[in-house]
Amino acid sequence: MIPEIGHFALIVALIVSLMGAIVPHMAIARGDTRLMAMAGQFAYAQFLLATVAFAALTYAYVISDFSVLNVAANSHTAKPLLYKLSGVWGNHEGSLMLWILILSLFSACVAYGGKNLPLRFRSRVLAVQSALLVGFLLFVLLTSNPFERLDPAPFEGNGLNPLLQDPGLAFHPPMLYIGYVGLSVAFSFAVAALIEGEVTPLWARWVRPWTLAAWVFLTAGIALGSWWAYYELGWGGWWFWDPVENASFMPWLAATALLHSSIVVEKRDALKSWTILLAIVAFSFSLLGTFLVRSGVLTSVHAFAVDPERGVFILAFLAIIIGGSLALFAWRAPKLTPSGIFSLSSRESALVLNNILLATFAAVVLVGTLYPLVLEAINGVQITVGPPFFEFAATILMSPLIVALGFGPLLAWKRGNISRAAQILLPAVIISLFVFWITIWHDAAGMIMTGVGIGLGSWLMLSVMLEINKKTNFWIHPRGFWRRAKKLPRATWGMSLAHAGLGIILLAITVSEAWTEETLRLMKVGDSELVGGYNFTLEEVAPVAGPNYTAVRAHFLVEHNGNFIARLAPEDRVYSDPPMNTTEAGIYPLIRGDLYAVIGEYAGSNAWSVRLYFKPLISGLWLGAGLMALGGLISLSDRRQRIGAPASKKRLAFVSIAAKPAKVPKPAAPAKAIKPKKPTKPTKMAKAATPKKRTKPKKSVKTGA
Amino acid sequence: MNSFMRFVPLLIVSSIFIVFLLMMGGERNPKEIKSVLIGKPVPAFSLPTLQEGEAPLTEAALKTGKPILVNFFASWCAPCRAEHDNLMYLAHEKGISIIGIAYKDTPEKSAAFLAELGTPFTNVAQDQEGRAGIDWGITGVPETFLVSGDGIIRYRHWGPIVGDGLEKRLLPKLEEIQ
Amino acid sequence: MRVVIIAFSLLVASAFSGASFAVAVDDKPLVDPAQEAAARALMKEIRCLVCQNQSIEDSNADLAKDLRHLVRERVSAGDTAAEVRAFLVARYGDWVLLEPPFNQMTLFLWGSPFLILLLVVVGVYSAGKKSTSEPLSRTEKARIKKLLKGGDVT
Repeated sequence: MIPEIGHFALIVALIVSLMGAIVPHMAIARGDTRLMAMAGQFAYAQFLLATVAFAALTYAYVISDFSVLNVAANSHTAKPLLYKLSGVWGNHEGSLMLWILILSLFSACVAYGGKNLPLRFRSRVLAVQSALLVGFLLFVLLTSNPFERLDPAPFEGNGLNPLLQDPGLAFHPPMLYIGYVGLSVAFSFAVAALIEGEVTPLWARWVRPWTLAAWVFLTAGIALGSWWAYYELGWGGWWFWDPVENASFMPWLAATALLHSSIVVEKRDALKSWTILLAIVAFSFSLLGTFLVRSGVLTSVHAFAVDPERGVFILAFLAIIIGGSLALFAWRAPKLTPSGIFSLSSRESALVLNNILLATFAAVVLVGTLYPLVLEAINGVQITVGPPFFEFAATILMSPLIVALGFGPLLAWKRGNISRAAQILLPAVIISLFVFWITIWHDAAGMIMTGVGIGLGSWLMLSVMLEINKKTNFWIHPRGFWRRAKKLPRATWGMSLAHAGLGIILLAITVSEAWTEETLRLMKVGDSELVGGYNFTLEEVAPVAGPNYTAVRAHFLVEHNGNFIARLAPEDRVYSDPPMNTTEAGIYPLIRGDLYAVIGEYAGSNAWSVRLYFKPLISGLWLGAGLMALGGLISLSDRRQRIGAPASKKRLAFVSIAAKPAKVPKPAAPAKAIKPKKPTKPTKMAKAATPKKRTKPKKSVKTGA
Repeated sequence: MNSFMRFVPLLIVSSIFIVFLLMMGGERNPKEIKSVLIGKPVPAFSLPTLQEGEAPLTEAALKTGKPILVNFFASWCAPCRAEHDNLMYLAHEKGISIIGIAYKDTPEKSAAFLAELGTPFTNVAQDQEGRAGIDWGITGVPETFLVSGDGIIRYRHWGPIVGDGLEKRLLPKLEEIQ
Repeated sequence: MRVVIIAFSLLVASAFSGASFAVAVDDKPLVDPAQEAAARALMKEIRCLVCQNQSIEDSNADLAKDLRHLVRERVSAGDTAAEVRAFLVARYGDWVLLEPPFNQMTLFLWGSPFLILLLVVVGVYSAGKKSTSEPLSRTEKARIKKLLKGGDVT
């Protein structure tokens, strides 16, 4: 009964989405504002129906209703509740339900939170979102219905891959999906802007918070997946440049580029067609990821079952959405007013450089990921494009980016003073070079990459600190620091924290790659081994049994100079349903690094094969990522980022936007201008005076842009 | 944007889609790594057989002048059971000699497996360490190699010989070299 | 047909997962530390054939274990890194190396960072260029008229 309700909800949702995709365009063509406003209602209805359907599926999992084929294929009564729940999205059909849920959630959020958008524009955006939803609902209903029944219902389900029964992995997909799907809002904004034929700085303002929110979740989702791989797969590897890992990294790179280029659109009314293209491309990367795991073209640990029919459907869906939006772009791009020229040393130039490098990197990752496929299609040869290639690309593309990152925040708009910035950054330059030199001193050839990594990481951290210092004058007057710090706009803090997070990640990667100490040997109970200055003693090896597995567990005592540090309990597990063998590492994080122990095979005569590691600073990876996400959240919480939020009275007094856009927000005038009290004949987007003000702040006569 | 650049993204994406479409033919399994031994002579090996006291099996046994199949299998391998019927068919009704190589298994378990299901093999070698498997470039079981009379590997069937694979791939290849 | 493919894939997947019941090889490091280091360096370059993009150094799959054993054996027998790689490529093809070879076929791959950088720079530049060739539209002409008359443009 409940599954049928869920199924029915999906069908109704499809109908509502079809209406939601078509009606707003009709309404706009007719100028019927009441009908335009219905777009919001459609969005709410879609979300409600998607929730009902998702809840129905979840219920079936929770009560282990094996008469539902999807539940029987992917669940098991012995699974703990948390994993029954996470099992809902741990399979092809369920994950599509999650897509649909989150997509409709974002549509509803845009309908609700986008009240300050002009009605016409908002309706277009919601229409595009509905169109996306139509595609996904059709896909589910036609090829991947989660509510299919199984008759007779089996007594027991097929269980779930034991690798997925893990807390870290339970949250990894929802976070990632919020990130992927959140980019659909940027996409819809871009398509709507193309249809309208106009991109204004206000558009950039609207698109940023949505993109930022998606970016935060994407960052967190990727970090979670990476962290999971670290403690679960193999022995401490955390990124393998696997096709589906790359499929999550590409939208992240594109979203990062989009965040930065939309700033340029907002502040300088420039880079419009590029930014629109980026918004389309970022979401296209999200869709590409969805395609790669379900089509069977590539093999991956993330891949769901191979099914060519589904693959062709998704490909068709992708062709329509991506091909359609890019065709629209090719057609309408000339309508977007071209931008001004920047001075070479200005903040916008730094941001353009940022975009060039990030976009190139994303494209190169795409090339690397698809190259084996293309090569095989052309001449049947199979090669592997593995980490060495991607690391090569990352090094040559990201190094200049990190150098520029130090300068960017210190350059002014329009005409920055690069020598002034260099003066401020001089301590960072000196210290970074010094650090580089020390690192390569003993072994130049072998340590050069490490030196570069540490040098760049230090550069980034120090330049962020110097930038904050310049803004708060900490070094000269440390006492008023907090007071001055609080006065800085949150967006500035967000930016600095995120950049600092990146620096920490870079340092953590470099240090752990270069100085991980590893010992691989046979140990008997009572043996000790010194690794990275820590003494690991094998105390005991005993069999244990878990809810759905049996295992061998080792107990290690870790000491440092005789002082107790930790006990580690790595396991070698054998699952029964489905049969699988996994190793659970014993990990203890210290600030200096992680203690990591793995128990392997019994080697006869009371000896066990063990691997012991000391991985210095590896936690910096997760902390740095967390810091980046936190920075993004802080930026999001900045009221200036959200349209229509009332600025403080003092700021309202400012009329001209002079040379410090970072500190002085736009006056509330534009926000007012776009709240139509009466439905006016909407020409295009905001008629705000913003563009004019921005380009010529000193002149009193408002000239055309 | 000038006239040409704005079409570039669309062009790039379209070409990628075409590649996807080409690669999504139903017969292709992305996990399958193509064998690089096709057209090369069989690798040298010397493996003990299941029979106690028998001389070891070597690659010489594969140069019989007639086509011969080499099937890597194991008692712990479920798809090997699935293809067993087809192997029996090939051996007894088509009259093709099949050499079995038990991969990473104990002699007792292999013998029990064959006792239970019947044996399509004219001879069975044991590759307990898996080294011969690596020499033949296998990545798991079952994998079956078609060797022509002169000891050259002509075709490698990846995975169990079931369903369409038998008629559409193995048999035509067999006829080709006969 | 679809059913066969799904069943086939599931069967194959279960074949590989059943590897835990096979006879395993222990991970004994080589006695000579220099040789062990050389072997470990090599292992990082060899792809685990049944995993996703992991090296045999990183993976605890059975086949990875066997390959590690093989690499150690050949290193202690005196093979150079190039010889060990060639040994494996002879059996598995270029696919077994994590680093794609640099040859005619992979020229575009290795050159892609530079080529794409060029393409993107050109793209951004052309996106930002002021188009001087587009004539003014009628509305734009009307706006200019109004401006020149000293009025407000809204």
